[in-house]
Amino acid sequence: MEVAVVEKEVKAEPMSEKKKNKITNIFVFVFLSFGAIFMVAPLLWMFSTSLKSKEDVFALPPVWIPKDISFAKYFEIWDMGPLLSGICNSLIVALSVTIVGTFTSSLAAFAFAKLRFNGKNKIFLMLFASVMIPYPVLMIPQFIMFSSIGWVDSLLPLIIPGLFGNLFMIFFLRQFLNSIPNSIIEAAKIDGCSYFQIFYKIIFPLIKPAVAAQLILWFMGIWNDYLGPILYLNSPEKQTLQLVIANFNASYAIQSDYPLIMAASVVALLPMLIVFIIFQKQIIESIAISGVKG
Amino acid sequence: MKATSKLYRTEQRYAYLFIAAPVLGFLIFAMVPLIYSMYGAFTNWNGLGQMEFIGFENFINLFKDEYFYKSMYNTFFMMLGIPIGIVLALLLALALNRGIFGTNTFRVLYYIPVISSIAAVSILWQWAYNGDYGLVNQFLDLIGIEGPNWLQNTDTVKPALILMAVWKGLGYTMLLYLAALQSVPKTFYEAAKLDGANAFQAFWHITLPMVKPVTFFIIVTNIIGGAQIFTEINVMTPTGGPEYSSASVVFYIWQKAFGNFQLGYASAMALVLGLFIFIITLIQFKMNEKSSFELD
Repeated sequence: MEVAVVEKEVKAEPMSEKKKNKITNIFVFVFLSFGAIFMVAPLLWMFSTSLKSKEDVFALPPVWIPKDISFAKYFEIWDMGPLLSGICNSLIVALSVTIVGTFTSSLAAFAFAKLRFNGKNKIFLMLFASVMIPYPVLMIPQFIMFSSIGWVDSLLPLIIPGLFGNLFMIFFLRQFLNSIPNSIIEAAKIDGCSYFQIFYKIIFPLIKPAVAAQLILWFMGIWNDYLGPILYLNSPEKQTLQLVIANFNASYAIQSDYPLIMAASVVALLPMLIVFIIFQKQIIESIAISGVKG
Repeated sequence: MKATSKLYRTEQRYAYLFIAAPVLGFLIFAMVPLIYSMYGAFTNWNGLGQMEFIGFENFINLFKDEYFYKSMYNTFFMMLGIPIGIVLALLLALALNRGIFGTNTFRVLYYIPVISSIAAVSILWQWAYNGDYGLVNQFLDLIGIEGPNWLQNTDTVKPALILMAVWKGLGYTMLLYLAALQSVPKTFYEAAKLDGANAFQAFWHITLPMVKPVTFFIIVTNIIGGAQIFTEINVMTPTGGPEYSSASVVFYIWQKAFGNFQLGYASAMALVLGLFIFIITLIQFKMNEKSSFELD
């Protein structure tokens, strides 16, 4: 008799807990949905504004889906400011830096993880310590350096430093390489591979997935950069996309042409959004491991 | 023995070649400017004439400069968003860690503001904070509150910037917490349950201590990032806000250096900021030595 009672209780408990869990999950889902609405609403509003006419923007109460959806502003923006050259400039900077910089960074990460040389740890620590130096401390002397060789108002000050590599990427890839057994490299050495061959035939293919995610994050960081470009770029046709849209904002807010401003901002935002949604799985994984946010 | 050492020398030569780029980059773009900046801070450097050594004059003036204090105060004030963001992000991460329907979609949605360009986002929020037609006030209107002209008001401009910063950074913090939560062994919770702990006790005695290193990392990186806030201020309040009430330190440095060409003075300010960040970073390394730094 007693045994039966105990059994009943044991059976009953997980049942009720499951139910409780289900109810909690529903609440959690509702809570998360509200949060998600709050997160996305401003961006949706940005998009919705870009489709409105200049007058509809001031409608009270606000209209989320305008009556006459018009993509006219998306055609207008290209004539209203150097948007196209802004996109090109941003692409030039971001592509050249990430492609060359990824190469130099992974090569250095390989050396730090797998090769033996004097002062390895000291050099690594020294490099990594420079991460602590905030950009505002360096920006004034860097500006004077670049202006003394006549590079101000060109893309070079934004490109050249990046070509020397990215310390976060080196750090991350080095950690990643530490998990790869040294015997692979020893074997390649015995087979007569040069160090450079070891890098591009063995190491690089191995770290490719890790590199890809970091490269995307870096690309996003450069694409979205604002402080660097605002220091160096003056003429409108030299400016990167972020500066161009900031100028859109400054010049057209007075005429309260908000649809135009929002359309330009959507154009600035969309490429990275698409990249993120396509690679979200890899990107999110890489952020969780490395802490680099893009 | 000789053969080994020759092999070693070859290896070493290649290694130096492979690390040459970042080391050179470090010297040219970090070391030289840093020394230059340290020296410049003690001069009347203005970009044109001679740099004259003036001792601590810049620093003395700095601590008499009302605008410097104001920008410092504003910068610290805006860091109030950090604890708010941390609490919200932890809540979200806990919610997402239950593995409910749509977890992946939520993760992506919450992360979208993080990858969005800060310039575009600032433009958007500037418009959202518009006193008459902005999204924020229209929303407040629905619940019967008449919102202020957020960015034109000394009392509201900083809270407005904080709200935006929390919105933008939430996804990132949440993601770090989620990763940390997923690494907590399930057996801990099972053991706690057997011992009769309720959900809150499990959270307090297991979850919180387990995510402590991440919390610490988040606080430090947020302080370092917050100390350098610039773009939002520059786009949303191009003059530094009403009565300079939204100007950050970096904004003031930028104005002094590239507006007034007081390069020496601006360098002194940058050094003070750099020192502050350095101390914060040092505290992180000291308190969290094993977190990410393992040298073999």
